Amino acid sequence: MSTLPASSISLDTRAAVEELYARYVKCLDDGAFDQWPGFFTKDCVYKLQARENYDRGLPLALMMFESHAMLVDRVFGITTTLYHQPYYQRHIVSGLMVNRNPDGSLHAEANYAVFRTKRNALTDVFNVGRYLDEIVEVEGTLKFRQKLCIYDSELVPNSLIYPI
Amino acid sequence: MNAPEQLPAAASPVHWARGTASRVPYRVYTDEELYRRELDRFFYTGHWCYAGLEAEIPNPGDFKRTAIGEREVILVRAADGSVQVVENRCAHRGVVFCQEKHGNAKDFTCPYHQWNYDLKGNLTGLPFRRGVKVRDEAGKVQVNGGMPADFKLEENGLTKLKVAVKGGVIFASFDHDVEDLDSYLGAVRPWFERAFNGRKLTLLGYSRQRIPGNWKLMQENIKDPYHPGLLHTWFVTFGLWRNDQRAQMITDAHGRHAAMVGWKNAGGKGEVTQGVTSFKEGMTLQDERVLDVVPEAWWAHPQGEPGAPPSACMQTIFPNLIIQHNVNSISTRQIIPVGPHAFDFIWTHFGFADDTAEMTQRRLRQANLFGPSGYVSADDGEVIELSQDGFRQSADNATVCELDGTGQGGAPHNVTETLIRSMYGYYRKVMEI
Ligand SMILES: [Fe+2]
Repeated sequence: MSTLPASSISLDTRAAVEELYARYVKCLDDGAFDQWPGFFTKDCVYKLQARENYDRGLPLALMMFESHAMLVDRVFGITTTLYHQPYYQRHIVSGLMVNRNPDGSLHAEANYAVFRTKRNALTDVFNVGRYLDEIVEVEGTLKFRQKLCIYDSELVPNSLIYPI
Repeated sequence: MNAPEQLPAAASPVHWARGTASRVPYRVYTDEELYRRELDRFFYTGHWCYAGLEAEIPNPGDFKRTAIGEREVILVRAADGSVQVVENRCAHRGVVFCQEKHGNAKDFTCPYHQWNYDLKGNLTGLPFRRGVKVRDEAGKVQVNGGMPADFKLEENGLTKLKVAVKGGVIFASFDHDVEDLDSYLGAVRPWFERAFNGRKLTLLGYSRQRIPGNWKLMQENIKDPYHPGLLHTWFVTFGLWRNDQRAQMITDAHGRHAAMVGWKNAGGKGEVTQGVTSFKEGMTLQDERVLDVVPEAWWAHPQGEPGAPPSACMQTIFPNLIIQHNVNSISTRQIIPVGPHAFDFIWTHFGFADDTAEMTQRRLRQANLFGPSGYVSADDGEVIELSQDGFRQSADNATVCELDGTGQGGAPHNVTETLIRSMYGYYRKVMEI
């Protein structure tokens, strides 16, 4: 094991970030989409982007939201207008790394795997990638100022409706 | 095996009810033999297929790997600047030698026996072509192996496709006798040229999905102006589509290609939105930047029709291309069939070299409407999957495609399935079924 870097954050901070991730994925896995925007700051950026685009510096994303309000609009879209076969999501998050940015905010990265289970169907591996996140404290609560979900999966198995 | 199994009866002729193309037999979407014939007759002969954009391979040596039908190809810019399309299959042992999706190369070498090809697909050399010199026990030089004396490099290159580049878009055909691209495009050519008038394109990125449905269902989806006002309630809610809006349905003389031209409306309540489930009057976006539509000069109607320019033109270029212009979002969508029951759908979003940073951002923001997660596209993939499920369930049935009658050709409105019938009119001729 290498020694911890000097910029290492406290175990309390790490525990708080772990708690944030646990609550975030529980919200999505429970299908509590109305609560999803609450994990973000008002001026947040959320992107779900293919790794090939990210690696090549191509800006296109599958979902690209530039404010809390756009997240609220996404929730309206998926709960009210966007026809889709319903499915459960199950997120597995691992390999969390947390560092402090010079401005005091936190930079966190973690691997994720999302399994999809449609009604009456076998479970399949749906989307696999890495979170690249910027986290700030707002009135005592950690929130995502930026969340990039960079997925390895070369093909989306038909459609991807719910946030990751 | 214990008991001898009954062999299935030989494929019966495909029955088209009413003798037209208005009832499409489910077998056309599920039958393996018909699918093989489609690959041969639409993807490998007589047709141009989309391969990519020049903007994807701007410099000599740049290449991109893709597929036409089920055959992998590489598009590459040669040292002289020309665009080449070659099959990704070594002439020696069939190896699909290129495994990167894109890159820059001086030449191509197969990993198996190092056969080497130049960027135009010519075989330049292979190891031990003249054999290996060894000395026998007496010290005499002899040659082991080597290719036959009459082996010719020029007869053993990669399969080269015919290439046509138009307005920055690259088409290719395995069939070197295919007609010229302009006449191939026919009546949709002015609409193609409206989007691709020679301006330099900039690549914004890709979305890729595998849709578990027959490839023709995607052609049908973009020849179907009946569904957006019903399936895509997001469109209706926020005013981008209503079935009573001004529209033009165009097809070529063969009925294979089409353009659905539309003028966005002011949204809101009306006769055609009353029956739409989940339509909510007065809904507005919390962040309206997603619909911050700014008209562009190139939207002008190519035949100079008066009034506002059309805000959308969805083109289907048979067999494997859809060209999307919908407000400020533009993309090509490529169909790669994967057996009769699935296809890969590759979205390439782009802009123009003279776009401002603001316009680029607008295009990216509006891309939220399209693609595998898009507000008005994810649902297309979903219903295509469900159609295919139904086709598999009951092979002897047929679809009903009779909105606006049983005829074929264009139409001056959205309440029609004429473009789908036109495609199947052409399909029946080429397939001889
Ligand atoms: Fe659609």
